[in-house]
Amino acid sequence: MSTLTYESALEKYDPVFGIEVHVELNTATKIFCGCANQFGSAPNTNVCPVCIGLPGSMPVTNEKVVESAVRLGLALGCSIRESSRFARKNYFYPDLAKDYQISQYDEPTCYDGELEVVLDDGEVVTVGIERAHIEEDAGKNTHVGGSGGIQGADYSLVDYNRAGVPLVEIVTRPIEGTAERVAEVARAYVATIRDIVKAMDISDGRMEQGSLRADVNLSLRPKAADGEDQSAVPFGKRSETKNVNSLRAIERAIHFEIVRQAGLLDAGQPVHQETRHWHEDTGETTSGRSKEEAEDYRYFPEPDLLPVEPDAAWVESLRGTIPEHPAKRRARLQEEWAFSDLEMRDAVNAGALDLIAATIAAGATPASARKWWLGELARTANDAGTSLDGLAIAPAQVAAVQAMVDEGKLNDKLARQVIEGVLAGEGEPSEVVAARGLEIVSDDSALEAAVDEALAAQPDVLEKIQSGKVQAAGAIVGAVMKATRGQADAGRVREIILQRAGVNP
Amino acid sequence: MTDYTRATATEQAAALAAGDVTSVELTQQHLDRIAAVDGPVHAFLHVSDEIALTAAAAVDAARAAGEELPALAGVPIAVKDVLVTEGIPTTAGSRILEGWVPPYDGTVTARLRAARMPILGKTNMDEFAMGSSTEFSGYGPTHNPWDLDRIPGGSGGGSAAAVAAYEAPLAIGSDTGGSIRQPAAVTGTVGVKPTYGGVSRYGAIALASSLDQLGPVARTVADTAALHEVMGGHDPKDATSLDEPVPACTAAVAQGVDGDLKGVKVGVVEQLGGEGYQDGVRSRFEESLDLLRARGAETVEVSCPSFEYALAAYYLILPSEASSNLAKFDSVRFGMRVEKDNVENTMRATRAEGFGDEVKRRIILGTYALSAGYYDAYYGSAQKVRTLIQRDFAAAFGKADVLVSPTTPTTPFKLGERLDDPLAMYLNDVATIPANLAGIPGMSLPAGLAPEDGLPVGFQILAPAHEDARLYRVGAALEADLVASWGGPLLAQAPELEVAK
Amino acid sequence: MSSLDSAQVARLAGLARIDLTAEELDRLSGQLNAIVDAVATVSEAVGDDVPATSHPIPMANVHREDVVQPSLTNAQALSGAPDAEDGRFRVPRILGEEA
Ligand SMILES: [Mg+2]
Ligand SMILES: [Zn+2]
Repeated sequence: MSTLTYESALEKYDPVFGIEVHVELNTATKIFCGCANQFGSAPNTNVCPVCIGLPGSMPVTNEKVVESAVRLGLALGCSIRESSRFARKNYFYPDLAKDYQISQYDEPTCYDGELEVVLDDGEVVTVGIERAHIEEDAGKNTHVGGSGGIQGADYSLVDYNRAGVPLVEIVTRPIEGTAERVAEVARAYVATIRDIVKAMDISDGRMEQGSLRADVNLSLRPKAADGEDQSAVPFGKRSETKNVNSLRAIERAIHFEIVRQAGLLDAGQPVHQETRHWHEDTGETTSGRSKEEAEDYRYFPEPDLLPVEPDAAWVESLRGTIPEHPAKRRARLQEEWAFSDLEMRDAVNAGALDLIAATIAAGATPASARKWWLGELARTANDAGTSLDGLAIAPAQVAAVQAMVDEGKLNDKLARQVIEGVLAGEGEPSEVVAARGLEIVSDDSALEAAVDEALAAQPDVLEKIQSGKVQAAGAIVGAVMKATRGQADAGRVREIILQRAGVNP
Repeated sequence: MTDYTRATATEQAAALAAGDVTSVELTQQHLDRIAAVDGPVHAFLHVSDEIALTAAAAVDAARAAGEELPALAGVPIAVKDVLVTEGIPTTAGSRILEGWVPPYDGTVTARLRAARMPILGKTNMDEFAMGSSTEFSGYGPTHNPWDLDRIPGGSGGGSAAAVAAYEAPLAIGSDTGGSIRQPAAVTGTVGVKPTYGGVSRYGAIALASSLDQLGPVARTVADTAALHEVMGGHDPKDATSLDEPVPACTAAVAQGVDGDLKGVKVGVVEQLGGEGYQDGVRSRFEESLDLLRARGAETVEVSCPSFEYALAAYYLILPSEASSNLAKFDSVRFGMRVEKDNVENTMRATRAEGFGDEVKRRIILGTYALSAGYYDAYYGSAQKVRTLIQRDFAAAFGKADVLVSPTTPTTPFKLGERLDDPLAMYLNDVATIPANLAGIPGMSLPAGLAPEDGLPVGFQILAPAHEDARLYRVGAALEADLVASWGGPLLAQAPELEVAK
Repeated sequence: MSSLDSAQVARLAGLARIDLTAEELDRLSGQLNAIVDAVATVSEAVGDDVPATSHPIPMANVHREDVVQPSLTNAQALSGAPDAEDGRFRVPRILGEEA
């Protein structure tokens, strides 16, 4: 098999891709029973007859799930079906408690949407949304023995805490015409979904915890000759790479699949339509189940549940709760805050946008808010290996510290110490200032005494100042700052020195 | 001590209220009767004597303390093994669930306990309610108390036989295509399938979810009415449960017994009679029509042409839904396991050993009807036939208040006779199935004995959805006149069962 | 309407996760064929203009509030399990891939 580089593969072939994103909703309870929808509980403790599929049990739909799905559909520009239905997807698997998944099939609640995705350089790509449907999650298998993976395991253990966690599955239409930006578009699309669900507070949107999961379909077709219509070239056979669970992994998986499929096509070998698995460690995909036995899920309408028929007025009222599109919000904020493109991108990449906005809302200027979150606090978070919103400081506290700087009560150095104190759990900024005695020494008589002492100790410097070499005052300032352990306003100290030396400032 | 086992549930409740008997005594009398006759009848899969007596003692104590008690408090009951009972083994008649003790109560179970009715045990049934003879039980057949060589009907043969053999005054049944009404017909008892959604299905092990309905089984119309009122009513745990008041069943019984039927139009369904119906079944049916007319009812002929396709639609919808409902019996969370080298083979081997022939047949048929390429022709078409049947019923109920037919085409056949001929077996349900497809309520009550074989014949009454009370009014009126014509309950004519020492 | 040969029945039994012996396969194929022939009439009975009925009593929008209810204890959940370990259901090794 020939090996092409990614770039040369994209010179010869046109990629078409699609993404299915599973969003775990953050409702209080599961989709069809009253068990807590909770991550991290002891195995099989958030379970009941319904979600472990005991004989006789029956599902009842959580109204909040319908509401979240409709809201998400609206945010994705979808139409909301007047009458949608649940359907059973039948297949046997130990983590699937009833051996069928309650999902939606031919009548999903949300369909026909589109989402604008803004790339780093501001280019906008519109992604078609085929559908967003409601379904339940499965439990979790743990493989025991062997290498811990499914292959070679001795046996497996099943925990159904996740069984019945509500999901919305968002399915794109085939995305064409992205050419060499294919991986970037894919990543930006998933990032946009993540931003939307977080902004709407319908999901934690944490890819690392699996509350947002992506499957990536990709196929290649020969590039159309110059002047010919690329969209007239039929799609190639596609692979579906399951559970690609970070933004970076999405890009890597697309890279890998493009190179792999191009290599096959170049060698005159077929690409199989198949499920593939993503391996984060090697950056490769491997073939999943052989498709020799075609899937036959035998979908049929779920007879235990009734149609979902959202009232039109209710849907309209939900439309009012849809937050601004993240990219549009970003553009608006950039203008309001007068950030440069680079500053804005740094803020976005650091996940600091909401924090900066909240800090500004609490009274800080955009520039000072940015300075704190992307400077001192970003360094602290980085050292601690956490994200900015994981730091133990609130935007209002940052704004309070900045306000004291603006009032001249703190200098930068003291302000950093106050922040440090807040992060260490020593209380509100004012409490840290009081407890650590950090306020600037603004008592002139104390400063005058310190200046006199310093001048007396360095008569040569006093002479220089008096002879007109005003910059020599710096040495005295340094001495006074040292003597006051930094708690003096350097500007004021300088004024006093010149005054005492009888020099007009 | 007076023997109350032959008394009706209503009479037993009155005796308890009057202090003539305690619930412990009454419950013990039924347990003794079970011990005496259930060997040859085999109505029960499990007798929960300790649990029943504990519940009975608690009712007696409450009564002695002057507590206000529900109407049937202290009256014991038998529960079809399809209904989940916490702490009492539940198998749905299948080996695959042998030994399973549920950690929860179905809604109807909970209502029985709240009504303070001691649960005597779990009654035999065709495996997962698939059958019309109780011969497909994984635990051996139940025998008809009228003739132990004959079928007691199915799938609820155990509940019907228990009531017919005086082992219990009341029983719970489930009816997916006639499994309450057909056993009632062939054992000379009364059974009611309520309107779909009238009784919660939560905790009823699903056969075909869009057809299943729990209902009361008893020896009199009044007793089924009393039990219906205990079982019925909205349940938030069943999304398909009707959010409306329980029909006024007992009031309708009183109206039927005391009043006439003037102004009531009784529609005789052309397609549910005639050819294929045993002579004695037809003659008893005609006699009942005469009695209804004598009470003032007007009888009219109605035609439901789509019923021709009801059996076919039913035997597509049921297996399809069942194939999915029975997938969960996979050896992972409960029930039997035949351990193999990997989980797939374990599932295959477990289901091969745990399921009987009829269950396998229907699961495979349903898998076929839902599979890619066949869905539209089979399941899809069957769901459309359902629409046609609903339209036929709507038209018929435009002309009549209730519809009537024989419950079954024949009196009970011999055990084993149709075991290897599924199609012949399915014909048992030809008159009961349309009601399930349309979700409407139906009742079967005894219409007498067929002259040619001396075996019971059932009379079926159907009413529009939500109008269950009409069944009780018309049924109670007819029953009163029939019992008067026989000079006592039909069951009094049944041969005495040999009592074990 | 097509009839079922034993290869098809074997495939369906596989989908339904039921092992069949050769004898069962043979017998069931015959019986299923007769049943399929009998029920195939449904497709003649209806035209495209007839809507399907999934629920016998038409209803919609039956939902519950998003309020936590008591769960089973771990012991209750596992009480019927053929095999369990560490609070989880134990199964023999899994060969197939996740669907
Ligand atoms: Mg899905
Ligand atoms: Zn649950």
